[in-house]
Amino acid sequence: MILEFILGNFNYWICTALFLIGFYAMIAKKNLIKKAMGFDIAETSIFLFIISTADVEGGTVPITMGGEVLYANPLPHCLILTAIVVALTTTAVALSMAVKIYEHYGTLDAEKLMEL
Amino acid sequence: MSLLSVIVRTATRWLIPFMQLFGLYVIIHGHASPGGGFQGGVIVATSMILYAIVFGLSAARKRATQRLRLVMESAGPLIYALIGVLGILVGGVFLEYRIIPLPYEPHITSEIMISIIEIAIGIGVMALCITMFYALAAEEALAAEEVK
Amino acid sequence: MNLSSHLPILIVVIPLIAAFMNPLIGWRQRKFCNPLAVIAVSASFCIALLIARTVITTGRISYHMGGWAPPWGIELAVDHLSAFMCVTITFVSLLAIVYSKNYVEKELAEEKMVPYYTLLLLLIVAMLGIVVTGDMFNLYIIVEMLSLAAYALVAMSEEKRAYVAAYKYLLLGFTGAIFILLGTAYLYIITGTLNMADLSVRIQPWYGSWVVFVALALLMVGFGIKTALFPLHTWLPDAHSIAPSSISAVLSGLVIKTGAYCIIRTLFTVFQPRFVIEVMPVTSALSWIAAIAILVGSLFAISQTDLKWMLAYSSVAHIGFIVLGVGLATGYGTTGGILHIFNHSMAKGCLFLCAGAIIYKTGIRNIYDLAGLGDKMPVTMAAFTIAAFSMVGIPPTAGFISKFYLGLGALEQGTWAGWVFAGVILLGSLLTAVFYIRVVNNVYFGERKRREEIEKDEAPLGMLIPIVILAGGCLIFGIFPKIPLALAEPAARLLLGI
Repeated sequence: MILEFILGNFNYWICTALFLIGFYAMIAKKNLIKKAMGFDIAETSIFLFIISTADVEGGTVPITMGGEVLYANPLPHCLILTAIVVALTTTAVALSMAVKIYEHYGTLDAEKLMEL
Repeated sequence: MSLLSVIVRTATRWLIPFMQLFGLYVIIHGHASPGGGFQGGVIVATSMILYAIVFGLSAARKRATQRLRLVMESAGPLIYALIGVLGILVGGVFLEYRIIPLPYEPHITSEIMISIIEIAIGIGVMALCITMFYALAAEEALAAEEVK
Repeated sequence: MNLSSHLPILIVVIPLIAAFMNPLIGWRQRKFCNPLAVIAVSASFCIALLIARTVITTGRISYHMGGWAPPWGIELAVDHLSAFMCVTITFVSLLAIVYSKNYVEKELAEEKMVPYYTLLLLLIVAMLGIVVTGDMFNLYIIVEMLSLAAYALVAMSEEKRAYVAAYKYLLLGFTGAIFILLGTAYLYIITGTLNMADLSVRIQPWYGSWVVFVALALLMVGFGIKTALFPLHTWLPDAHSIAPSSISAVLSGLVIKTGAYCIIRTLFTVFQPRFVIEVMPVTSALSWIAAIAILVGSLFAISQTDLKWMLAYSSVAHIGFIVLGVGLATGYGTTGGILHIFNHSMAKGCLFLCAGAIIYKTGIRNIYDLAGLGDKMPVTMAAFTIAAFSMVGIPPTAGFISKFYLGLGALEQGTWAGWVFAGVILLGSLLTAVFYIRVVNNVYFGERKRREEIEKDEAPLGMLIPIVILAGGCLIFGIFPKIPLALAEPAARLLLGI
């Protein structure tokens, strides 16, 4: 019973683990680049979570050539594609800011930067 | 000149056209099959990023100048928005491109318009991704030029 | 072709097209950037007024993108609240753009001018997009677009700590975005729809399920970060005080208000008022948090000596007032909260623009060095005083009306908590008075360091006109409160379903 619960929802466990790893990196790591990596991991875990819920048992790709086909829900994929673009841009902004910060202050250590 | 060996440089010269061709394929087929402007644009941009890695940033900046990228970045979203407005101008609602009066069936018109939108997105995303990479790499290139 | 039915999309698309034409035009001639932005946002302002008229006469406007009917297609839904926000956003941002012309030429490096206008237009597009959209996922994407433009605009400042402040803003803003995305995903997973109107119907059988609780909590935390509600406000003072002053005015006056708009939308449109008031008392929790925000924000503001830092902390307190109004969930209270969005954005916009003018002319940021400015910049300081009175809530300024409504709403609740909230509103106003009157006192009656004759040296006319218009607005809408109330009152009634 419990084993079934754990195995049946394995996508939830993986996503939770990834999310927590990312969130931990975001909070605990001092390096700004590592923080950026952290939030990318956390965001990716949510992408995986949403895509994993789109699955329909026995469903195929949602390209129909007429006739009734059981297919996976295509909407989450489109949504996540859009969300990936957002994540990409945010990462680019974060990294370019990190480059600028390093240029100006010579450090990427969050604690040292907060003392300025 | 590049610091990388002649093998890498030659291979890159051979690879880049194929990468760009594949990117264009992904863009053009975006409306009917998996793919689309964003994915294709990124693939095309990858070729220019590879070029920058192998031949150095200053050479790559000559191939894709800042002004050209600026125009492309603006043109992509502009074309998208203008096609949307075209829908209003012909009497429909925003982005209702299937009623644009072309001499085809509505679903063919729709396909053509989606293709144009995908190409526009492709152009925008390609220029944007190249700019992002160059912007992040620019400082090192300047430093390297000073060393020379 | 009848353009009047396309108002909800035109208000967004016109500044969007201008934003992307901006680099092309600015590449040839930098001086055309400002007129282009002014024209585009003026057009949006006219459309916003038309929308307001249409909404008052005919009610909710629904616009189907691409001709696809909801819930399958994307719907733009404009009701009284959206129309109210549209007018507020276009009004204040138009004045901020007019103000930018002189300000940007002096305060920012020349090559930053074109990106400045492009990003500012995109910021305005995103704010308008948030208030007109009727789709949950669309909301997430546009909130992110708004935040990205805001991060870049904060980083654009010439201040020393600009990049660090922007990075801090980005980290917290992105955390908020993650929560919003996850909350939206939960709602989609259980209902299979993203359209807000459709969602509010389909979610009803799920009331009481843990998934809905978690989704609501995630959305509240996410939008709470974007709004800078009290325990999540830590990014705001850095970002808002370091950004260029015209941007601070937009960020503090409008961007955090769109977060408050998202909270209102989520609570009362996506979820039913019955659910958030009775089943899961989010509104009363929000009221208590907001009450703490008012007191803590004011106390922090009192301890600041830097003018812009003080204004930024004051925003934390006033977001508290707005959220308190939302949380009261009574007719008067919510009307007061919505009205305060408008009144506060005018007053705070004016104050930040005045601060910008002071920095532009004298470079002073410390409030104890402001002595004698009342003679040097009489018009700016008069406007500053009126806006400060509006923030405190002294009649006949606009701030009085919204605080009066908030107080009525608190008493309308009729519980002991209502009396506490009324007390907090009063105390908050008194604390606000402490730090604003201190500045005004310094400006007019402060001890001058040098006893020389002070010459009149006003800011340029292009900066003065927006300041005067905003200060005049604080007075006019205080004397004639019926004008904003015509939209705010039906908005609150429709949202609460009373």
